[in-house]
Amino acid sequence: MEERRLMKGNEAFGLAAILGGARYYFGYPITPQNEVTEFMSRELPNYGGFFLQAESELAAINMAYGASAAGGRVFISSSSPGLALMQEGLSGLASIEAPVVVLNVMRGGPGIGNIQPGQADYYQVTRGGGNGDYHLIVFAPASIQEAMDMIVEGFEIADRYTNPVLIAADGMLGQMMEPVTLPSMDKEYSLEKILKTKPWALTGHKNKRERNVIKSVYLKQELLEEHVLKIFEKYDKAVKELPSFEEVDLKDAEIVYVAFGTTSRMVKEAMELLKEKGVKTGLIRPKTLWPFPREAFDGIDKSTKMVVSCELSMGQMIDDVKLSLKGRLPVSLINRTGGMLLTPGEIVERTLKLL
Amino acid sequence: MRAIFEYTKGMRDQETHYCPGCTHGIAHRLIMEVLEEKGKLGEAIGISPVGCSILAHQYMDVDMVEAAHGRAPAVATGIKRVHPDAYVFTYQGDGDLASIGMAEIVHAALRGEKFCTFFINNAIYGMTGGQMAPTTLEGQKTTTTVMGRDPAVSGNPAVMCEMLSQLKGAVYVERVALNSPANIRKAKKAVSRAFEVQEKKLGFAFVEFLSICPINWGLAPSDAMKWLAENMMEVFPVKQFKNPLEVK
Ligand SMILES: Cc1ncc(C[n+]2csc(CCOP(=O)(O)OP(=O)(O)O)c2C)c(N)n1
Ligand code: SF4
Repeated sequence: MEERRLMKGNEAFGLAAILGGARYYFGYPITPQNEVTEFMSRELPNYGGFFLQAESELAAINMAYGASAAGGRVFISSSSPGLALMQEGLSGLASIEAPVVVLNVMRGGPGIGNIQPGQADYYQVTRGGGNGDYHLIVFAPASIQEAMDMIVEGFEIADRYTNPVLIAADGMLGQMMEPVTLPSMDKEYSLEKILKTKPWALTGHKNKRERNVIKSVYLKQELLEEHVLKIFEKYDKAVKELPSFEEVDLKDAEIVYVAFGTTSRMVKEAMELLKEKGVKTGLIRPKTLWPFPREAFDGIDKSTKMVVSCELSMGQMIDDVKLSLKGRLPVSLINRTGGMLLTPGEIVERTLKLL
Repeated sequence: MRAIFEYTKGMRDQETHYCPGCTHGIAHRLIMEVLEEKGKLGEAIGISPVGCSILAHQYMDVDMVEAAHGRAPAVATGIKRVHPDAYVFTYQGDGDLASIGMAEIVHAALRGEKFCTFFINNAIYGMTGGQMAPTTLEGQKTTTTVMGRDPAVSGNPAVMCEMLSQLKGAVYVERVALNSPANIRKAKKAVSRAFEVQEKKLGFAFVEFLSICPINWGLAPSDAMKWLAENMMEVFPVKQFKNPLEVK
């Protein structure tokens, strides 16, 4: 039976993680995602899981690193400045090839910034905020339902690619309420069952197998290069298998917007207003930020004269938009930053000026 | 004929990369001997640090993972949540534990995490070539304190046993020295008690090993042993700070 509920974003994200099998959560309070941490502290023990409030985000990600290396299904969450502190561990997790699902409820930056919604972590999450050659697999939900589905699927993908998966939500999604259909709970996530699929996990060798060593140090340069190339074979596969996007009204569009997350909802409303004014617009909404859905841009119609990246940042995703278009069309930016939102009215006004 | 000494089962048959006279090898062997004698090599999970002993997993024949610099106690915390019955230990140098990883070790102790930490205090940064460590003695010359450590500029040595023994969750705290056969035997007993504390799930167990780094101290190993006894032991007294009643 499908279960419908009205849920606050942050709590729904936590519930999705539990339903997706997460049994270990390590968190440090930061607004606007505190309800995730609070929810996990209340609910995870009821599902046989472990909650721990860490002393910092640095500790939280390294606890996640340990729990994942030990074979556990791990979920963590934070917001922009906290994610910055987690970069050391994310680079480490990608290197030791351990799965984890990370939720970033993004807020305004740089620095301590503020607690309003933002998208200026685009570089931080897609360009590898930590050191060395690696990628996170990044999903960008536009509704609470979609975030829940992405979190559940995120665990499967993190396991399949043995790599961290990041869900880039924002403060608006975290704080608002929407009706959702709960993901099904018919799968069993016992540790014994999970460990059977992770022969590399630290369990103690029980005198039955060779010892397992999980490492990211390769002092010989040939070996480190070999290790990185092996990781990048997975990324090549990810680029073929994972890109995902939604397209709206590309046929006959004069202008095509590119927007992700909550911004895409403002854009959709602006598109309706522009339709009334006789301006035909379309939308490409990346659901994955890495790998970026470049093929989406092949669907742009001959009628299109301009592509507009709409972002809550000074223009970060716009780089990927330009790379995808390879100079075929002019690209403009409609944006706000510092925690300010783009309203449909402002998008309409600024679009009309571009024409 | 009866063998009176055999190669430690928990140590892999491999030459180490440590400098001649370095005490890392002794500490490794003590930990593995205790696990072997307890029959727990198969249950052990170790965390190696960033420092000279980063490759400890090459020598210790148990499941192991490398942690980022200073984060071993956080990594151990995560592992212990997944495998509460495993014999989990971190092995950390003084830069790793008492400088960059100070927050992680203190909070592991505050939480009374049920794993063991083996702390190698050699009063210097070995791997990076002899810079000042948080445990460097007043007046001690290092590559970043060429005139000797001046407390007015760079503070005083971190006394970890004294600090951690104040915390309720740290139930076993002992400082030992690796500078003589008698002290090494005592050190082994301390390792054994630390694992017993973990076995009985009593709380956090911490053993500090006063160690030598002949290469970066610029001393021959035998002189380094003397230097340890004459200088380090005064600032870092060798003693048992805390031992729960349940452990002999
Ligand atoms: C984040 C980070 N900062 C700095 C370093 C460089 N580094 C490597 S080992 C080390 C010091 C280790 O000293 P210690 O913990 O005393 O161990 P020892 O080498 O003496 O055994 C440092 C600073 C690093 N690898 N990572
Ligand atoms: S540098 Fe010092 S601590 Fe490192 S292996 Fe050599 S003697 Fe040992």
